[in-house]
Amino acid sequence: MKGLTARLKEKLPKGKHSIISLPYVWLLVFFVLPFIFVAKISFSEADLAIPPYMPMFEWSDNLLNIKINLGNYLWLAEDPLYWEAYANSIKMAFWSTLLCLLIGYPMAYAIAKAPKEKQAVWLLLVLLPSWTSFLIRVYAWMGLLKDSGLINGALMGIGIIDEPIQMINTNFAVYIGVVYSYLPFMVLPLYANLVKHDNSLLEAASDLGAIKAVSFFRITLPLSFNGIVAGSMLVFIPVVGEYVIPELLGGSDTIMIGKILWQEFFNNRDWPVASALAVIMIMILIIPISLFHHFQHKESR
Amino acid sequence: MQGQKFSFANLMFWVGIAFLYLPMLVLIVYSFNESKMVTVWAGFSAKWYGELFHDAQLMSAVGRSLEVAFYSATSAVVLAIFASVVMVRIKQFKTRTLFTSSITAPLVMPDVIIGLSMLLLFVALQQAIGWPEHRGLMTVWIAHTTFCMAYSTVVISSRLVEMDRSIEEAALDLGASQIKAFVQITLPVISPAIISAWLLSFTLSLDDVVIASFVTGPGATTLPIEVFSSVRLGVTPKINALATLIIGVVSLVAFVSWYVSKRMNDKLKATAA
Repeated sequence: MKGLTARLKEKLPKGKHSIISLPYVWLLVFFVLPFIFVAKISFSEADLAIPPYMPMFEWSDNLLNIKINLGNYLWLAEDPLYWEAYANSIKMAFWSTLLCLLIGYPMAYAIAKAPKEKQAVWLLLVLLPSWTSFLIRVYAWMGLLKDSGLINGALMGIGIIDEPIQMINTNFAVYIGVVYSYLPFMVLPLYANLVKHDNSLLEAASDLGAIKAVSFFRITLPLSFNGIVAGSMLVFIPVVGEYVIPELLGGSDTIMIGKILWQEFFNNRDWPVASALAVIMIMILIIPISLFHHFQHKESR
Repeated sequence: MQGQKFSFANLMFWVGIAFLYLPMLVLIVYSFNESKMVTVWAGFSAKWYGELFHDAQLMSAVGRSLEVAFYSATSAVVLAIFASVVMVRIKQFKTRTLFTSSITAPLVMPDVIIGLSMLLLFVALQQAIGWPEHRGLMTVWIAHTTFCMAYSTVVISSRLVEMDRSIEEAALDLGASQIKAFVQITLPVISPAIISAWLLSFTLSLDDVVIASFVTGPGATTLPIEVFSSVRLGVTPKINALATLIIGVVSLVAFVSWYVSKRMNDKLKATAA
């Protein structure tokens, strides 16, 4: 092994930089640089022009004018709607993450404990839905949840209810949609973690007389901590900014920040305010994102 | 071995699977419904499929989306192979943390943020250097390549980490160049992961509505954007038919790729043994 690394060091230097530079330059230009523009435009003033914001730097009469407009942030701070949207998004992301964890953990556990030859098939069963269109899976729930939908129809048919229960356009529908769409993202990292566990620890515990529940809570659960964090972040972070699910399944009272950002951008054409919303969202998400990054690397090692 | 805990987990697994599959099953059944009322069963009919294929606007969106998905998946996988080599084998260079962070960040970054930031980049670039001249399939391709690359890198690098390097080492000992050893030994070994990454990227690109809505331009409406705008107005049997076709194709592709990679892995194991 040492021989190889030594040889690599010998042979790589020429090629090393070219290997790094191709993906690196792409990421810098198309992923990192865009955030600088978001930050910049969040400090610009909206304008009725194309593009709909005023330039930040102007050069006239040998004077460089730099205009930094804090108005967008002040505007956001003053309107309780935006505060509510952030708080509500975080709240909904938190509860849906917890629901995914409660359903996903036993599922991942079942796959990890299944006989070796079954594991691949079971895992495929969980992942297959996430390969089909996300949009279509959310859409499927529209047909099930609406007033004249299948669930209400069935309940009325049996005679449990007389008139349809309002399910679509509620937060309840959004929770269902989110858990339904993000469940596979929870199961995958949990499975990847659980399947690596060394059974000898559990055997030792059982030899020493521990019952299954005790050894689960004292051994398996703590050992799967990295998987729990990875899976939870994989659900929590995108759900905070989710747009499609609240738009299709939520009602007018489902105020989520992704939806508000979309409306500011597409309906109000207020690019600076949309950018300011995005900057604040990134600042909220930076801690969970670095947590995810940290645990992802711990797991892959 | 089989205790109480075991069967509870198994029960939850099958309940979860039912939860994941039943809504799609209902969708498929109702796509063959004669009635325009989506939830009333009025007899078997394939007429919605006929209407679907006669919808020229939708069909041209299908073509555009397949094209973008093909190019995005291909470029994303090429970039991801390089990125995986960097992630797995080049442990030390300046600003490595920035590199690894920007590889994994697109996995979790909300779509609205990626979409908005990409659009603002394209607008700023156009003002500064006149490129891209207008937004359309090309800007969608760039955006999709960027986030598909993140997923592909996860898939490919996890295979590259596991790879047994002794054969490559032997090739180097026998005087093969670094590039030759990589192309002739490493690439074939990680090829199942490359295929999976390509298929994953293809489906991700085919599925994206939010990012494409931000970065696309006139005349370049992709399929998800088209579907989204009609779904917003309510449930229609035509979309059920389209959904059924998509589910069918994806299941087939997923099954074939799973089977192929299983066969390849079995073969590799057999030759190694």
